[in-house]
Formats: sequence, structure tokens, C-alpha cells
Amino acid sequence: MARDEVKSRRDFLSKAAMVAGGLFISAGASPFASLLYATERKSKTGPWYGMGIDLEKCIGCGRCADACKTENNVPREPFFFRTWVEQYTILNDGTVHVESPNGGIDGFSQKFPDEEIFKSFFVPKMCNHCAKSPCTQVCPVGATFTSPEGLSLVDPTYCLGCRYCVQACPYGCRYIHPVTHVVDKCTMCYHRITKGLLPACVEVCPKHAKIFGDLNDPKSELVKFMKDHSWQVLKPHMNTEPKVFYNQLRAEVR
Amino acid sequence: MPPQIKRLALLFVLFIGLFLTLKYFLTPKSFGEFGHYRGLALEEGKLKVPEYTGQKACAECHDDMMVLKMANEHASLSCETCHGAGRIHISSVDSVVVSPPKPNTREFCGICHAKNAARKADNIKQIDLKEHNKGELCTKCHNPHSPWQETK
Amino acid sequence: MQHLYEMLSKVDGYIYPNEIELNWSILIVLYPFITGLVAGAFILASLERVFKVKVLKPTYTIALLTALSFMMVATLPLISHLAQPQRFYEIMITPHLTSAMAIFGFVYLWYLMVVLLLEIWLDYRRDIVLWSQEKTGVMKRVYKILTLGVTDLSESTVKWDDKLGYFITIIGIPSAFLLHGYVGFIFGSVKANPWWSTVLMPVIFLFSAMVSGIALVMIVFMVVNYIRKQVIDMACLNEIAKYLLIALILDFALEGLDQVHRIYEAEESFNILDILVKGKLTYTLFLFQWFLGMIVPMVTLATLQFVKNRNKLKKRLYMMTGILVLCGIFFMRWNVVVGGQLFSKSFYGFTTFKLHLIGSEGIMMAALWLILPCTILAFLFWLLPPWKRHEV
Repeated sequence: MARDEVKSRRDFLSKAAMVAGGLFISAGASPFASLLYATERKSKTGPWYGMGIDLEKCIGCGRCADACKTENNVPREPFFFRTWVEQYTILNDGTVHVESPNGGIDGFSQKFPDEEIFKSFFVPKMCNHCAKSPCTQVCPVGATFTSPEGLSLVDPTYCLGCRYCVQACPYGCRYIHPVTHVVDKCTMCYHRITKGLLPACVEVCPKHAKIFGDLNDPKSELVKFMKDHSWQVLKPHMNTEPKVFYNQLRAEVR
Repeated sequence: MPPQIKRLALLFVLFIGLFLTLKYFLTPKSFGEFGHYRGLALEEGKLKVPEYTGQKACAECHDDMMVLKMANEHASLSCETCHGAGRIHISSVDSVVVSPPKPNTREFCGICHAKNAARKADNIKQIDLKEHNKGELCTKCHNPHSPWQETK
Repeated sequence: MQHLYEMLSKVDGYIYPNEIELNWSILIVLYPFITGLVAGAFILASLERVFKVKVLKPTYTIALLTALSFMMVATLPLISHLAQPQRFYEIMITPHLTSAMAIFGFVYLWYLMVVLLLEIWLDYRRDIVLWSQEKTGVMKRVYKILTLGVTDLSESTVKWDDKLGYFITIIGIPSAFLLHGYVGFIFGSVKANPWWSTVLMPVIFLFSAMVSGIALVMIVFMVVNYIRKQVIDMACLNEIAKYLLIALILDFALEGLDQVHRIYEAEESFNILDILVKGKLTYTLFLFQWFLGMIVPMVTLATLQFVKNRNKLKKRLYMMTGILVLCGIFFMRWNVVVGGQLFSKSFYGFTTFKLHLIGSEGIMMAALWLILPCTILAFLFWLLPPWKRHEV
């Protein structure tokens, strides 16, 4: 009995020392962590937005890319996209062919005869609003930032146009707007979602292949989608923690 | 202290002072409110007026069309999927009504329904645009709001 | 916009639609090139001062003034490439500490004001004071201003010039390493780009900076002597060539290590980089950067180490290697900056790049940013002639 007591006391002391030491070290290291990594704390109180994309449902109509251009004054030329659709075609010989003519806005036409195709599918792309976004990490002035809702946004009145963020984005989601001469990107339709509307691409999707929602809300459609499907994110090895979750994403997609 | 070092120190202090003054006056007022950015940028980002109004707004006038569409194959489509953004149409005054587009070309329907290996047969009905009723408009046989209903 | 449609037809394979136009063009090639020249020239100057390589004495001030004139221009290609150049001051007033680029303003100011300007001023202070007493008219006033109002030339004060100058040179060496290693970090830290993302990038940038800086000072030294019709100090020139050879060997080893590591690890991106190197970068990488810019100069300099006398031949070969090395390092920056943007981050294809003669990102603009520092250097040689200084 007495021995047990001593043992438990020793346990307690060693545990307490460990906790204290851990706290001490993390307190010392935490300010540096925020310097070294693009750590963005998941908002605990407000919303934390994300997007689910169900590749099973996507029919590659490109309405999302089209609506996005209208909604957000994205130039119509085929070099500027906040969102676009890619068609992947894997042939029987194993070669992978990708195309995205005008971002999919004008529709797709099948390039290979059915007999040669092993598998073909569409992949809508958009800003992943990464929780550890490399683009906001590299902005030298704070003109692009992660909003309290977890969205990577741009302050067009403050952007220098240095394009470092364009280089840092692994997903090719940023471009220099030819009219405003600042960087432009998907905002998850910030002006719509803050009014209770859906993002334009989600609004017009005929197949409900895009699911917008709040990751902090356990009852949201997005959380339900994530429970029901084995989702995957793009380029997970980049450790950017994307918040766009794909169902049925194949390894060929980059 | 040697005189040249005194002079350099003075210049250095002056330079830092000038820099801090400039920093004070040039930094935007709301900078750093929520993080390392201009806090007002969030509010400014909300200002833009939405172009796509959502189908509830359409239903306010076109409830008949809405009922028809919702009862048929295209129920999952939003009005604006085909007719485009509604803001201008909705905000148009009685005298000058700006009608939204009513696309009816074969190519437009083909954007969804053209045969493509990437489209699953059980997910979307497809036709071969080159074979299926060559040269005819889709709307000759199909009512877009009720695809299998006989058209007038 | 027409040129973008033209480029669209030349895209090879699949690229993300936003990737068609290169974001960083020749001006960003110049930026590491020019800062590299600064850092390299300064390191050569500090060899004399800190490491007491007495043979290099004649190049000390030449190297410092060369570094200063290029440093004054270093930010201009950067600012002129911004889409909103009038907002450049934001990088100083709200620097974002997680950004590698944000610190540039401070590193630059530190290096320019605290290291280069101070060291040159302290080194020249006695001469400036004496000139301000000897000259007449406008020049008297100019030198008066340059004295900053301190005309004390007592022995103890002048001794302080030397002491402080020595101290600053010592700080200057890590600062030069910081300045250019940091420029390498801007590229090396972009994890999205496998052609850039390597820990060796800052080190490679640093050593290539030394190579280019030493070569530049060597050329300037020869040109100055040629114009002033002086007999060149061959011992000094041979010594510079020796240091150039050492820097070249180190740089070659590091770049070789980087490539060997890439090839052996052969990560996900290897296939696309392999096609890039053997296709779009064949001439600029194999021919200009490695063969003409490295191997030929290395072999030439190594051979010359064993040649005695034959000064005329040596001078010609030194000049040739100097120019080859400068071009080689320019193409090294080119291959990093432009090469890193030619392939798609989807690893499925390539975009294309065409350099234009005119325009804000054209050859003329780039030439301007290279001619300007040379003009500044000529002006500095006229204002602070290293050959008209007063004997102590």
C-alpha cells in the first residue's frame, strides 16, 4: 500500500515534470513555429470553409468555370481562370493525357476512340484554400492572407504584383489580372457566402458535384460528404493541407 | 568618442527616426486588426454585388416554370445554369426588360449531353451529336424544362 | 493579348491554364545576377582587408566601388518588374515575416548603408577631407558635403577610421553571405517548384556570386589599367585568377552535387525536369552555363597556373575567361529563373518563352540595368579616384 503510494507519487511528479517541460519548450518554440511554417489555426468559433468535389458526379460541362468568370470579372481570354475543368484520359497503354480547352467552358470533345481508353474522367480545379497556404506565406507585404474563415484572399489595393505567390502556389490557381495588374484568385465567392448565397460555381453546377460548407459545423453538407466518401486532396505531399476535398481522386491527377 | 563616429551615430538615429515616421504615416489604419493584412480588406471583399441571384429569386416571378422544372429531369439544375446570371434581368425596369439568354443550339445542350468516355451512362444521358437527329435543334423534340414532355 | 494566343499554340503537353505566361522574366534573372556581382566583389575586397592577402591591395578600393555601383542598381530591376511599382514601399513598412522576399529591403539597406557606404566612407575619409581643402569651386563643396562636416584628421581620429573600417569588413563578410545566400533562399524555399526547391540553392547562389564578382573585379581592374595606360600588376592579376579558379571549382562541385543528387533520387518531378534539361535548356545549360561558363574557364585558369611569364598571353586569356565566366553565371541565373517556369507544376507539359527586344520586360530594359551600374562606376572612379589618393 505504502509502496503503491510512493510509486503513484513518483509517477505524478514525473508526469508533472514532463508536462511542465513540454509547456516550457513549446512556449519557447511556438512564436518561431509561426515564423517558420504557414501555420494557420483552425478557427474555433466562426466558420471554417471548405469545398467537396465529387468526381463521380462531375460531367465536365464547365458551367462552374463560366459562371465564375461572369461573377468575378475574370477576363474571358483562355489564360485566366479562378476555376477550370480538366479532362484526364488514361489510355490502355498507360499514357495519361490531360486537356482543358478554354478551361472546359466550351465543352469537351472526346479525343480518343473508346477502344483505346482505359479510363477517362473530369476534374474541376480551383483554389484549395490551404490551411497551410504557401501563397500567403510568401507574400512580402500581407496583401494576400488567410481570412478568419480560412480563405486565402487578396487585397487588390495593397498587392505589389511581385508574383511570388503565383510561383509559390503548387496548384496554378493564381494569375495577374490584365486589367487591374494585381494578383487574382478564387475567393470562394466571399461576397456571396457572406450574404448567405452559395459560391457561383456551386450555384450553377447541374449535378451538385461541388459541395460548399463549413468544416466547423458538424451538420453541414460538406462534413456529411466527407464522412460518406473516402476523399483525397491534391498533392498531399506538399503538406499544404488543402480544404478542397475530392471524392474518387485518382493518382494520375496533379 | 571620435568625432566621425559621433556624426555617423547621429545620422543613423536620424535615419531610423525618419523611417519610423514614414512607417507610422504610411501604414494603413486597419492593418494588423485580424492578422498581417489590412483589416478593411475583408469588408471591401464583401462589397461586390452578386451576379448570380439564385433560383429563389427567379421563382418569385416565374413560379410556373419553376414548378415544371422541379418536377422533371432537370430539377437539379439552377435556372442560371442555362440562362446565365440573373442580376441584370432582375434589376431591369419594366420599360427596358433585359431578357436572359435562352440558348438552344445543339452545341449548348452538348456541353452536358455530348457522348464522352468521361461521362458515366448512369450519371447523365448522352447522345452522339453527329448521329442523333442531325441538323435539328434539340428543343424541337425536348422541352428543356421537361425533357420528355411532348413539345408543341 | 495576341502574343498569348500565339504562345497557346506552342504549348507542349498540358499546363494549367494560368501558367501560359512566365511571371518572372529577364528582370528577375538580372536581380540575382547583379546582387551576386555585389557580394562577390565585396568578398574579394575583404580578402585583402581581413585575410591580409597583401598582393590584392591594388584591387581593394576598385572592388569596393564596383560593389557599391552595382548595389545601387540592384533593386531597380525588381521594382521595375512589379505590376504596381509605386507600392514598393509597402515591403519596408509592413514586411511579412514569413516571406523570404519581405526581408530583402532590410538586408539590402543593411548591406548598402551599414556595410558598403560606411566602409568606403571610412576608407576615403582622410582623402575626402584633404580634397575638400585642395579643390576649388563646385567640387570643393561636393567634397565638403561628403565629409559630413567632420574635418578632424588628427592621428587618433584617423586610427579610428581604420579600426571601425576593419570591424565593418568583418561584419561585411557574413552580411555578403547573408545577402546572396538569402537571394538563393527566395528560390530554394519554393516547395511548389522542384527545379528551385533544394537546400543547396543558397549555397550555390553564394559560390556562383563569388565567381561572378571576382571575374567582374578582374575585368574592371584590367580595363582601368588599360584606360589609364598603366603597366598592370601581374602578381595581383595572377592572384585574382587563382581565387577565381578556387571559386569556380567550389561552385562546379556544388552544382555537380546538386545535379547528381537530383538524378540519383529521381523524385516525382524527375521526368519533366529531364525533358526540360535535355530540351528547352540544352544550349543555355550545357553549352553556355557549364561548358563555356565553367569548364573552359576552369581548364584555362588551371593551365595558366603552370605558365610562367608570357604576360601578354595571360592577360588576353584572363580577359576571355572573365567574360566567359560572367556570361556563364548570367546563364546560370537564366536557367534557374526561366527554366523553373517553363514546365507546368502539373508535370504534364511545358509552356514557351520568347524574349522581346523592347517593352518593360525586354532586352533593352535589361541592358539599361546593366549599363547603368557601369556608368555609376565610371562616375565613382572620377569622384573618388583610387589612384589619386594621398600617401599616408
